[in-house]
Amino acid sequence: MTDFSTIDITEAKKLLSQKKITATELTEFFIKQIEEKKGLNCFITKTFDIALKMAKESDEKIQKGSNLGILEGIPIGMKDLFCTDGVKTTAGSKMLENFVPFYESTVSQNLWKNGAIMLGKTNMDEFAMGSANTTSFFGNVLNPIRSDNQKDLVPGGSSGGSAAAVASGQCFAATGSDTGGSIRQPASFCGLVGLKPTYGRCSRFGMVAFASSLDQAGPITKTVSDSALMLQSMCSYDDKDSTSSKKLIPNFSDYKKFDLKGKKIGLPNEYIIEGLNEEIKKKFDQCINIFKDYGAELIDITLPHTNYALPTYYIIAPAEASANLARYDGVRYGLRENSENLDDLYQTTRASGFGDEVKRRLIIGTYVLSAGYYDAYYLKALKVRQLISNDFKNAFKKCDLILTPTTPNVAFPIGEKQNDPLEMYLNDVLTVPASLAGLPAISVSAGNNNTNLPIGMQIIGRPFEEISVLAAGSVIELSKV
Amino acid sequence: MSIDNSIVRKVGKLAKIKIKESEENKLLDELNNILGWVDELKKVDTEGVEPMLSVFNESMNMREDKSDSKFSNNLITKNSPEKKAGFFVVPKVVE
Amino acid sequence: MSFFIEGDTGKWEVVLGLEVHAQIKSNSKLFSTASTEWGSDPNTQVELVDCGMPGALPVINEFCVDQAILTGLSINAEINEKSIFDRKNYFYPDLPQGYQISQFEFPIVGNGFLMIQTEEGEKRIGITRLHLEQDAGKSIHDQDINNTLIDLNRSGCALMEIVSEPDLRSPEEAALYVKKLRSILRCIGSCDGNMEKGNLRADVNVSVRKPHSEMGTRCEIKNVNSIKFIQQAIEYEARRQVEIIESGKKIIQETRLFDPNKGETRSMRGKEESHDYRYFPDPDLPPLMISKAKIEELKRSLPELPDEKKSRFISEYSLTNYDAEVLTDDQYVSNFFEEVAKNRDSKLVVSWISVELFSYLKKNSIELSESKITPKKIAGLLDYIISGKISNRQAKELFEPYLKSNLEAKDFIEKMGVEQVSDEGEIEGLINRVLQENPKMVEDYKNGKDKLFGFFVGQVMKESKGKANPQVVNKILKDKLA
Repeated sequence: MTDFSTIDITEAKKLLSQKKITATELTEFFIKQIEEKKGLNCFITKTFDIALKMAKESDEKIQKGSNLGILEGIPIGMKDLFCTDGVKTTAGSKMLENFVPFYESTVSQNLWKNGAIMLGKTNMDEFAMGSANTTSFFGNVLNPIRSDNQKDLVPGGSSGGSAAAVASGQCFAATGSDTGGSIRQPASFCGLVGLKPTYGRCSRFGMVAFASSLDQAGPITKTVSDSALMLQSMCSYDDKDSTSSKKLIPNFSDYKKFDLKGKKIGLPNEYIIEGLNEEIKKKFDQCINIFKDYGAELIDITLPHTNYALPTYYIIAPAEASANLARYDGVRYGLRENSENLDDLYQTTRASGFGDEVKRRLIIGTYVLSAGYYDAYYLKALKVRQLISNDFKNAFKKCDLILTPTTPNVAFPIGEKQNDPLEMYLNDVLTVPASLAGLPAISVSAGNNNTNLPIGMQIIGRPFEEISVLAAGSVIELSKV
Repeated sequence: MSIDNSIVRKVGKLAKIKIKESEENKLLDELNNILGWVDELKKVDTEGVEPMLSVFNESMNMREDKSDSKFSNNLITKNSPEKKAGFFVVPKVVE
Repeated sequence: MSFFIEGDTGKWEVVLGLEVHAQIKSNSKLFSTASTEWGSDPNTQVELVDCGMPGALPVINEFCVDQAILTGLSINAEINEKSIFDRKNYFYPDLPQGYQISQFEFPIVGNGFLMIQTEEGEKRIGITRLHLEQDAGKSIHDQDINNTLIDLNRSGCALMEIVSEPDLRSPEEAALYVKKLRSILRCIGSCDGNMEKGNLRADVNVSVRKPHSEMGTRCEIKNVNSIKFIQQAIEYEARRQVEIIESGKKIIQETRLFDPNKGETRSMRGKEESHDYRYFPDPDLPPLMISKAKIEELKRSLPELPDEKKSRFISEYSLTNYDAEVLTDDQYVSNFFEEVAKNRDSKLVVSWISVELFSYLKKNSIELSESKITPKKIAGLLDYIISGKISNRQAKELFEPYLKSNLEAKDFIEKMGVEQVSDEGEIEGLINRVLQENPKMVEDYKNGKDKLFGFFVGQVMKESKGKANPQVVNKILKDKLA
């Protein structure tokens, strides 16, 4: 069997259209890969029968050469946050261990319409709350990349299963969702490309909600070119989501024609934080030079409220989550701990169905909304969010794109940062601001550190300017730092 | 602002999450740590700043008033831990 | 008359405010496409939002927004060009999302008012706000010994919550207010106003105070579902509060339930104590923006409202304020009236509709709209009165059997043989006979005993078995005795 783990979607599409390979061959290859790499724990549910059936359909279409989707015959992983009709959807939680939706999320529906093949549902932090994929009820995911000192590393989170699956060649690409960095951070930890589109670009319908004003679906891929193809297949205006954008959807692959010459790239000094890993800082400086070589103009900008982004996020996201997760009450679906008393049923079901991190955030979220604390916490956070958003608006008057590192550190060993939630939260410090402002942002691997662990760079763009973000990402990708 | 055990218990009740006595102190410490840290926001001058409800600034899509009940009660109650004759079932609620 | 409760320490005034929940008469729910039809099998009209499925999202129904605006315009209220949907958080098995989507700080409709017709004249009742919200599902407690059953067919149906100022001062005023609001809602078609089906319900805020003193502590009586119960609940609750205060104790602000079987209110305390609704803006829904153009367009589409109709009835049909109010309370009734009053004496029509017909309906406990009585049927009978073929008195006697029969006026009157005799020759014959049989009386009359005139009329009517037209009898008799 040919090794397809070294090629990307763009390459595979070519082979499929030349009929050198079939979708069934590809699918069988990845099924074998998934079986072999079970130890990484990337998938919660495997859907091989469905995959083979979809592959057969794709092959028939390819044979006829008509109605081909953008991703016709391309096997992918689906984050277990997207509801899939007839296929268990757990959101990484004991609460939904046996939940089988009878409806399909818009994002997954769009992918199937575009010919993608579902290999399975990827592991994730419980309800997307986590930065190391250690909060999943189904066990942590291992990063396929090992450091020279051979410790097992986290893949990042919350889309850790997706990232590890793509990085280990178990699928060409996978979907992720990003609330405060859940696509970009694992992409960075696994040496991949992770794109969080503008808020409103991808429909949230059928995506298990964490924090509705922040949640946004996006792809995790090996290359920038694949990222454009995946996003093209995922996004659409959706009248089932009241926050879905009606803005024109461009051909994202046009990023290849986007010229960075003369474009202004902003460097926010606030992102060079205390505790930023030295090697990451060095890579960041190298990237600056690459853009200079491309004829871009690098300018210093200021995003003065950056320091407050993380605390703001850790008020707003838990507050929204406290309401979004109230539906898990053991009545209509999901886990129920039986009791003769309804209140007891609620309390024990929720205590047993949710893991510690989720409970921590639900308690925080409930507290910041409760009588007497709303103004001091929640309302204050909404105001600071406005200031953070304004910072970006002002910055984008001066520059076209913003370049920052994706994370303050590289992937860390499993078990680390587990005792102090705050230490874990700091992982998101560089990704959260763009989430709060709803801006498109990509993380692209800028090469490895001296123990061979990948370092990610983040590019943030203006709303709905994913093309320029992809273009800048491809510059880093091509330079092979 | 720091909180005490009684607030942890009260919020646990509001969130309908049973907190075991043995977990209470650990949770209290963690919450106080987090709250102490988000207290940073107090330093920000937000005088005259409008709260930002959403980054989405397009007008809300409105639906035509057409009814379409797609799902049978079999499907709606399919995942339910307890059901009876098309109803969801919970322990007796005393009004 | 002002309403006061007589306590041991004197008079107490009752202060009332109402929160009316009106279900919007839409095909589909406020945020989902599920049908709102009443009486279907459990959980068959449930979309993903209505049962709080993971990943479900709300999408607003434009018709419901329009109905809220129309209602706002009809209660003389400001329409807010920007309003916000909030989540009201609490756990209950018929609240599938764990929160109700409602409007808290920024409702769609602001300050307004409506006028009620009390015995002392018109009174203006302020309205604080109107907002849109989701209804909850239904918890059924009496079908299973150990369990409560949950049906979500009603979950997510659109409600308008209309909150009055504490301007009402008696159970009657509260009843008038609800009736007026209901007539407006029915007139514009935003709500059926059917309290039995629960598509109009009220929460009643009750407090008592000594006249001209500070407002007392209030209690809220939840979910009262008939006008009669609203009145009973207020009377009971106001007396309860007076007794508590006069015994030296304090009213505790709380939520209470009205038990129609016992005619009592009782505390819901305990269930309510942990409620802290944690309202916050729903991140799934952008602000609701309403353009001035839309408001203007809806304003133009408004039908003639009950108050406008009332003024018109007063001037067009020379009705009293009271009659006009009664006839414009219900659109079906006002249309019925106008149909009958066409080219007929409106005073006669009013008395026959608002007195005879209404008491018939009341006696038989049916609504006019539910009865088979048509304007034509009433008009047919009235035409016999107007032409003098039957007397008013005869018509009153025949009214009930006539309404219960399937016959038109002509056939019914023929069948009953009650047609009035107006033929002068025939009547003259009868009169001659009566006068001949009573010569003594005739003489007494002629000598000044005027009162005997009535005796002759009576005798003539008796002879005619009540069929003689009294006006004709009077006329001929006067001539004969002159």
